[in-house]
Amino acid sequence: MVQYSRPHFDASFAALSDATRRGVLEQLGRADASITDLAEKFHMTLTGMKKHVGVLEQAGLVITEKVGRVRTCKLGLCRLEEEAAWIERYRQIWSVRFDELDKVVEELKRKEKVDGRKKRK
Amino acid sequence: MDAKRESEPTPMKNRTTVERKSERELVVTRTFNAPARIVFEAWTQPELLKRWWAPKSFGVSFISCEADVRAGGSYRFVFEHPASEHPMEFFGRYIEVTPHSRLVWTNDEGGAGGAVTTVTFEERGAETLVVMHDIYPSKEALDSAIASGSTGGFSETFEQLDEVLVTMDASVGP
Repeated sequence: MVQYSRPHFDASFAALSDATRRGVLEQLGRADASITDLAEKFHMTLTGMKKHVGVLEQAGLVITEKVGRVRTCKLGLCRLEEEAAWIERYRQIWSVRFDELDKVVEELKRKEKVDGRKKRK
Repeated sequence: MDAKRESEPTPMKNRTTVERKSERELVVTRTFNAPARIVFEAWTQPELLKRWWAPKSFGVSFISCEADVRAGGSYRFVFEHPASEHPMEFFGRYIEVTPHSRLVWTNDEGGAGGAVTTVTFEERGAETLVVMHDIYPSKEALDSAIASGSTGGFSETFEQLDEVLVTMDASVGP
């Protein structure tokens, strides 16, 4: 159903090809962290860590959120999971809508029957 | 909400399916127990459309529902939701209107990334199969629609909708 796309895999593999980035994912699996925390933990400059986080973010493996002056990083939902969840939501919305449409359709059907009977009389 | 009313049999609801058919296409299908002309009418008369497009359970209500359903005609749906300060607007224009069989419209509220929606009505005996295709201009456009969590402007109401769906599953019939 959901199609795996080549570019997505490439982005994920590229993101995971680096030991630091794998370490960051492991770290975020334990707890969310700011870029500053991560830079300290991996003995890197802030700029260097920003780049790594950027690559992980691009691949959908990490999401970041800026609150005040601090950017917090956490594990992202895998894109495929995210997509499946979205599709299910979308289905639910249309399902509710269509159940409502059923009612309108039933009413039109009844009306047509009544009108048909009137015409025949 | 309501206790189960098993003594009142209600007709089985038909299932809605959604599938990402390709990198830039979503397909929604549903069968209705009525001839195509009736289902088509419910999609093309603004007064009828209004009654099912934004069910009460979504928490939104129509402020206005204008639809000039003919090729080249435009539509504009405006909703309000208690949680959102500004009304939500959806607009575009009809590219094709073929009575009882096909509707095509654009979704312009999101700018260039909007999908083109094609709905076909296929009569099968006493039933009508409705197939809705949303074709996005690119894979990126569909990906970003998914990533933003937007599902036609109703994302704000998800929590509420979840509650409703749970209630609906728990009760039989309307």
